[in-house]
Amino acid sequence: MDSVTKRYPDGTVAVDRLSLEIPDRSITVLVGPSGCGKTTTLRMINRMVEPSEGTILLDGEDLQRQPVTTLRRSMGYVIQNAGLFQHRTILDNIATVPRMLGRGKQKSRERAAELMERVGLDASLAKRYPYQLSGGQQQRVGVARALAADPPVLLMDEPFSAVDPVVRKGLQDELLRIQDELGKTIVFVTHDIDEAIKLGTMVAVMRTGGRLAQFAPPAELLSDPADAFVEDFLGADRGIRRLSFFSSAGLELTRGPVVRADAGAERLAAADGAPHLLVTDADGRPLGWAEPRGLSAGDLAAGPLLSCGRPFVPGTDSLRAALDCAVLSPTGWAVAVDADGRVIGVVSQQTIGEAIRSAHGAGSPGDERTAEEPADVTKVAP
Amino acid sequence: MNGFFDIPSDLDNTYFGLIGLHLREALLPVLAGLLAALPLAQLCVRFRWLYPPVLGVTTVFYAIPSLAVFVVLIDYTGQTELTVMIPLAVYSLVVLVPAIVDGVRSVPEETLAASTAMGFGPVRRYLQVQLPIAVPAILAGLRVAVASSISLVSVGALIGNQGALGNLLADAQKYGRPELAVNSVLTTAVLAILCDAVLVLVRNLLTPWMPRGRRQRPKEAAARPEPQEAAAK
Repeated sequence: MDSVTKRYPDGTVAVDRLSLEIPDRSITVLVGPSGCGKTTTLRMINRMVEPSEGTILLDGEDLQRQPVTTLRRSMGYVIQNAGLFQHRTILDNIATVPRMLGRGKQKSRERAAELMERVGLDASLAKRYPYQLSGGQQQRVGVARALAADPPVLLMDEPFSAVDPVVRKGLQDELLRIQDELGKTIVFVTHDIDEAIKLGTMVAVMRTGGRLAQFAPPAELLSDPADAFVEDFLGADRGIRRLSFFSSAGLELTRGPVVRADAGAERLAAADGAPHLLVTDADGRPLGWAEPRGLSAGDLAAGPLLSCGRPFVPGTDSLRAALDCAVLSPTGWAVAVDADGRVIGVVSQQTIGEAIRSAHGAGSPGDERTAEEPADVTKVAP
Repeated sequence: MNGFFDIPSDLDNTYFGLIGLHLREALLPVLAGLLAALPLAQLCVRFRWLYPPVLGVTTVFYAIPSLAVFVVLIDYTGQTELTVMIPLAVYSLVVLVPAIVDGVRSVPEETLAASTAMGFGPVRRYLQVQLPIAVPAILAGLRVAVASSISLVSVGALIGNQGALGNLLADAQKYGRPELAVNSVLTTAVLAILCDAVLVLVRNLLTPWMPRGRRQRPKEAAARPEPQEAAAK
């Protein structure tokens, strides 16, 4: 997009000299408050809105050169509330674009059935009508319909904002999974910054008046907001959320306080000095925290145990998850487990705090803003 | 009630012949009205400013008594079926235009946006999306038009026996045979009810996608939250 402007006849400027380079085969999120021109921008890509000035190039070719219906059929479009055809079955809804492109009825339906499976819809829904589906299921149909003709580009306009948070999270995870498999060029519009950060490879923050405030990967957005508007839009817990982008792999774990329920007095003595002991079962799965005093060797699980909370998996989970575990833990220690749920060690809030500080230092060297962030974090940690 | 079905010879028709004639005089105008209303309604949807004047003018037509229209038309079309059918077609048009306009306008904004984004041209979008979704509203309009048309045909008895079953009313007076009047009224009513039932059947066949069915719906609604709950756990 090169210096694109949309001005309406009444003088309103919806999008103001916007220049964006949208990377191939990744998710670019346009985010901003309502009225910032993000939907207009999206609609200029499939020419439902024509720009007043500037040009939009797709793979180096001006969009204006193609017949508009051909262009639209080569771009999937997903909309809030799905916008399904209420008078057609789920299968026929999904088969719409292949049918229009002249692929036979049978072939189109086979393709539609395949897509239903891909987006996680049960085949038994094929002959149903949209009113018989829940909002989340309708939205899945919307995604399947957009993917039906296998378009290289997918435009999504607040597709998940009308469903409840639990369903929304499911749909977001599903989208990321599908994107992993298909590698489309996705442009995604949302007003939800969390959704933008979760989904986006690149995030374009737009401000009222249709101007681009910042265009950056989500981690950079969180560490380096371009100005006060972006910082404000990101919200108060920007520092905490940024931890999602740091791996917990490097955390220094200790096995000192970890004891098996059938451990003898000798092992207990070795762990002496630790304020709490993490008791595990014979397989190494965590049972709970215990106070060392009053423990009887041989059957540690008999005494009162404090819940060990939700453990984290180093390497798979982020530093944010590790910190969350530590904050929620009654002892202030986070429990690290392997993929099978066996304890591999524990880590204190202090250690996590140090890891955060060093991650910030390494993540964006020479950035003065990072100096403030660990302060943010330590406020939460104790 | 002797001679209930004994049709006087001046009508030159059998009982079932009268029914056929009545249906033709009633339904052809509705069909004509529908064919005229479809493009007119589409113009009203396309150019919003057109709708209020069209609605105003057609409503004035509706207010003119059919008898007055007959008197004017007799000079041109004579004492024929056509004279009866022209005002009936106009009345159907008046009922159908708003029905179609409302039906087409009831198509949700996001459905239209989605169809445009998928590369539907205006004609395809009208035929494959807007019109099918407007079917329930159009059929509701048709039911009103058909019922009123069937009852209004009888007025044609006043111009040279063009009233089909309505002619029995005139004959009942002429020959002092009240059973003919009863016959006329009952048969007309039964025809109207049967035609309405056919239209309801047609609607149900055309719109399997409409939420209906008292038993089905609550069950669906109850079954739905389950996957979400499962996901939440």
